[in-house]
Amino acid sequence: MVHRLLPRTLSGSRVAPPLLIVAALLAVWQLAVTMLDVRPQVLPSPLRVVEQGWAFRDVLWANTVPTLQVTAVGFAVSLAVGWTLAIVVDFSPWLRRALVPLLVASQTLPIVAIAPLLIIWFGFGLLPKILVIALVTFFPIAVGLIEGFAATDREASNLLRSMGSGRWQEFRYVRLPGAMPSFFTALRIGITYAVTGAIFAEYVGARAGLGIFMSQQKNSFRTDLVLAAVGVTAVLSVALFGLTFLVQRLLVPWYRAEDRGDVRA
Amino acid sequence: MPEAKIVVDGLSVSYGALRVLDDVSFDVAPGEFVSVIGPSGCGKSTLFTVLAGLRAPDEGQVLVDGAPAGRETFGYMPQKDLLFPWRTVLDNTTLGLEVGGMRRRDARAKAGELFAPFGLAGFERSRPGELSGGMRQRAALLRTVVQDREVLLLDEPFGALDSLTRTAMQEWLEEVRARYGWTVLLITHDIREAVFLSDRVLVLSPRPARVHREVSVELARPRAADVVTDPRFAAAEAGLLAALRL
Repeated sequence: MVHRLLPRTLSGSRVAPPLLIVAALLAVWQLAVTMLDVRPQVLPSPLRVVEQGWAFRDVLWANTVPTLQVTAVGFAVSLAVGWTLAIVVDFSPWLRRALVPLLVASQTLPIVAIAPLLIIWFGFGLLPKILVIALVTFFPIAVGLIEGFAATDREASNLLRSMGSGRWQEFRYVRLPGAMPSFFTALRIGITYAVTGAIFAEYVGARAGLGIFMSQQKNSFRTDLVLAAVGVTAVLSVALFGLTFLVQRLLVPWYRAEDRGDVRA
Repeated sequence: MPEAKIVVDGLSVSYGALRVLDDVSFDVAPGEFVSVIGPSGCGKSTLFTVLAGLRAPDEGQVLVDGAPAGRETFGYMPQKDLLFPWRTVLDNTTLGLEVGGMRRRDARAKAGELFAPFGLAGFERSRPGELSGGMRQRAALLRTVVQDREVLLLDEPFGALDSLTRTAMQEWLEEVRARYGWTVLLITHDIREAVFLSDRVLVLSPRPARVHREVSVELARPRAADVVTDPRFAAAEAGLLAALRL
C-alpha cells in the first residue's frame, strides 16, 4: 500500500520524537539569530515570533476563523466529489476508463495559474477558495477510494456471488468496508493539503484569512507576524490530521484491532 | 447405489484457447462424501467455480434431483477463510444469510446455534484476528453450512493449516458430517485426507481435466483416527497414488 510512512494510529511514543526535533531546531534558530544579530525584518527569533504573535492574537484569531471555515467547506466538497467519483468508477468499468485519466490530468493543472483566474471569474467570496481546496484534495481521496474498492480479493467477490449477492450487496458488504484503511490514508494526505490549499487561495485574494494576513504582513516587512501565521497554520494542519485518527476510531474501530493482529502475525 | 443427488454431465470449460475441463462427468449420492484430487493446476478449482454458479460451462450441465442446478444449490467454501475483520465472528458467519435477505437478528440466532457444535462457543463477539487457524476454518465452514445449501463445496479447506491442526480438523469434520448428514464435495491435494474423509475419490487427469479414475473407500463410518492402520486404508491410499502417477 502507498504511504506506509504515515502512522495508522497515534500514540505518545510516536508524537514525542518529532516534538524533540522541533524543539532542538527552534533552539538552534534562537541561538543563531541572537549570536549573529540578524535584523528581525529578515529573520526574527522564534521567541519574537511567539511574543508578537501573542500580542496580535486577536487579529490572528480573526483571520484563523475564516481560514478554518473555508478549509472545512472546501474539504467537505472535496470529500463529496471524491466519494461520488470513486463509487461511480467502481460500478462502471466504462466510466473508469473514461474518468481516471481525466482525474490524473486535473492534477497537472498549475494551481498557481488557475487560482487567480478563479478569483477573476468568481470574485473574492467563498467559491473560488472552495474550488482551489477541492481541486488540490479530491484527487488523493478519489484515488485512495478507487484503489481501495478495487483491492477487494477476487475470491471474496466469488464468495459473495456464491451466496447469491448482487453487485450492490458486494459493494456494501465487502468493497466498502475493505476500502476503509486505504480511505483513511487518503484522508490524512488530503487534510494536510487542505489547509495549505486554503492559505494559498486566500493569499491570491481574500477579505480575511491567514493567507491574506500573511500577504499583508509580508508587504509591511512584518516577517515575525508572517511566521506567527505560519505557526498557526502548522498547528491547524496537525490538529486536523490528528482528528482523522479520532474519526477513524469512531467509524472503523476494527482497523486498530486488525493493526495489532498484523503485528502478531 | 442410491439414486444420484447431483449429476454432473459432460462439463467443458475453456479459457480462450486453453481447455481446462474436458467432458467431466460424475454423480454424487445424497449424504455422500466425494473428494476430487488431481495434479496442481488441473482445473479442480475451475470445476468448483462452475458448480458454485460463478461461471457458466461452455458445454454440459449440472442436475440436482433431475433439475438444472441454480446458484442456491451449492454452499461454497473457498480456500482462504475470507473472514472479514470488520465483522465479528458471529456476523461473519451470518453473511450468507444476510445476503439472502434474512433479518440480522434471525440470522444471528440461526448461526449462533451452531457455535457450540463447531467448537466456537464464546467467540461470537470476537474478531476473526483473535481466532486460531483451525477456528477460522471452522467459522468459515459454519458460514457455509448455515446457508442450508444442498451440497457443500469445500475447496482445500485445511490446506493452510499445520499438520497437527489439519489432522484434528479432519477428525472433527468426519464427526460433524456424520451428525448432520451433509453431502460434500471436497477438493484436496492430500491423499490421506481424501481417503480418511471420503466414500469415493475422483482422480482428475492433468489439464484439461477429465475424471481419470474413481476409487471407492470401503471403510465403515464414522471413522476414528485409528482407521489409518486398517489394511484397506493403506490399499486405498496405494490405489490413489498409482492413479495419480498416470
